[in-house]
Amino acid sequence: MENQAHSSDQSTKGGWLFFIAGFIGSLILGWVIFPMALYSSQPQPMNFNHALHMNPDKVDGIEGDTETEKCLFCHQLRDDGTFAGIPRLEKCMECHDDPESPLGSTPEEKDFLTRYVAEEKEIPWLSYYRQPDCVYFPHIAHVKMGKVDCRTCHGDHGKLEDLPAYRANRLTGYSIKIWGERISGLKFNTWDRMKMDDCAECHTKKGHEENNACFVCHK
Amino acid sequence: MEKGPDHGKHRYGMVIDLDKCTGCGTCAVACAAENNVSVRQDESDKERSISWMQIFKITNGKPYPDTEVSYFPRPCMHCEEDGHGHHTSPCVTVCVATATKLDPNSGIVSQIYTRCIGCRYCQAACPYKARYFNWWDAYFPKGKGLDRYLTPEVSPRMRGVVEKCTFCHHRLMRAKTRAYAEDRREIEEDEYITACTEACPAQAITFGDLNNPKHRVSRLAKSPNAFRLLERLNTKPKVYYLSTKDWVRKLADNYLPDEFKPLS
Repeated sequence: MENQAHSSDQSTKGGWLFFIAGFIGSLILGWVIFPMALYSSQPQPMNFNHALHMNPDKVDGIEGDTETEKCLFCHQLRDDGTFAGIPRLEKCMECHDDPESPLGSTPEEKDFLTRYVAEEKEIPWLSYYRQPDCVYFPHIAHVKMGKVDCRTCHGDHGKLEDLPAYRANRLTGYSIKIWGERISGLKFNTWDRMKMDDCAECHTKKGHEENNACFVCHK
Repeated sequence: MEKGPDHGKHRYGMVIDLDKCTGCGTCAVACAAENNVSVRQDESDKERSISWMQIFKITNGKPYPDTEVSYFPRPCMHCEEDGHGHHTSPCVTVCVATATKLDPNSGIVSQIYTRCIGCRYCQAACPYKARYFNWWDAYFPKGKGLDRYLTPEVSPRMRGVVEKCTFCHHRLMRAKTRAYAEDRREIEEDEYITACTEACPAQAITFGDLNNPKHRVSRLAKSPNAFRLLERLNTKPKVYYLSTKDWVRKLADNYLPDEFKPLS
């Protein structure tokens, strides 16, 4: 009898061990391996140093008193209020067609001149924040009228020296940034989770509850 | 005139002068082009055609030479009440997915295609048959020019969802965006009009804010010639019609014999 009780005790312990091992294993599978498998990782066609361009000591000509105004120097709002997004080659050439502009010292800059400028070809950037077709997002309503800084949603993108890889959901094709970078859904920064409810939460917090109507953001 | 539920800031509405309407169909064509209404591989089954703006032909039923014809262009009525006194549209009350809502600030009934589950309750609830079901995925044949007129601000619909007139809501958003660029928060009367209003060669359609006394629609809607379709259902549509002809006005609702009161 004693022996039996002893052995059943041991098997319970063994059961717990198996459970914990399995639990940890499935957690790793679900939180680490699955997201890695779900999202692709594509490098941008060439690197762009945001930090360098935002540094007034190194780059002259990007005007603006605040960080947001500096962002808007290249990522422009058009006259009709729409947002131009990633600048086209034309915008780069406003400064870089000057022969004295310091270009060509790094391989990326050489690449830029030979592959795109010389051939007058647009750089096929991968847009991190391209919204799905059903979403209407006016930057002007947030940046100009709502006085929201670029940083609030885009983080320190303007301080990066290297462009991060573009990660797209293999099933939906949408960029990871659309619903927020943190797959767990835990939110410490705005960009951790950017779902519909997060838009609504911010609208409500700022006293613009009327903007939570469906047709304000959907089309 | 009824008191008018001034719930929201704006109440966008439309007035269609039936005495001016020639039934040419330009509004319907302009609407379909503006709102990316897809064509079908087989267009022969007209019962399943999608026409946000549909034109109905009515006659007074009299023999020649007394025959008269009139046309009823019918967009979504953007009803303000469900007929039982609640401030919501008949289609909104039945939607199980909250895919359609009456925006209290613009008075526009929205339709979110990505939210719609295609149960078609709203279609059954709509007294005006203004809602259409997508039996097929959007189809724009390449090389025929159809893909070139697509509006980027209007998302095309997928198979299995309901769609309807949105009063060209994207034009409201466009007008607002432009106003923001010009440091304004409010938009002018002519900055936001629907595609059908813009296209009508007879200028029979007027569009604007019914809450704004400066807008032409608010004046026209109070005209003694103004009436609405199936007005006695109490759905409070925001599309008004104008007609001086009693037989036209009579056909706008189901009247019992001797119930209809002529204008003159």
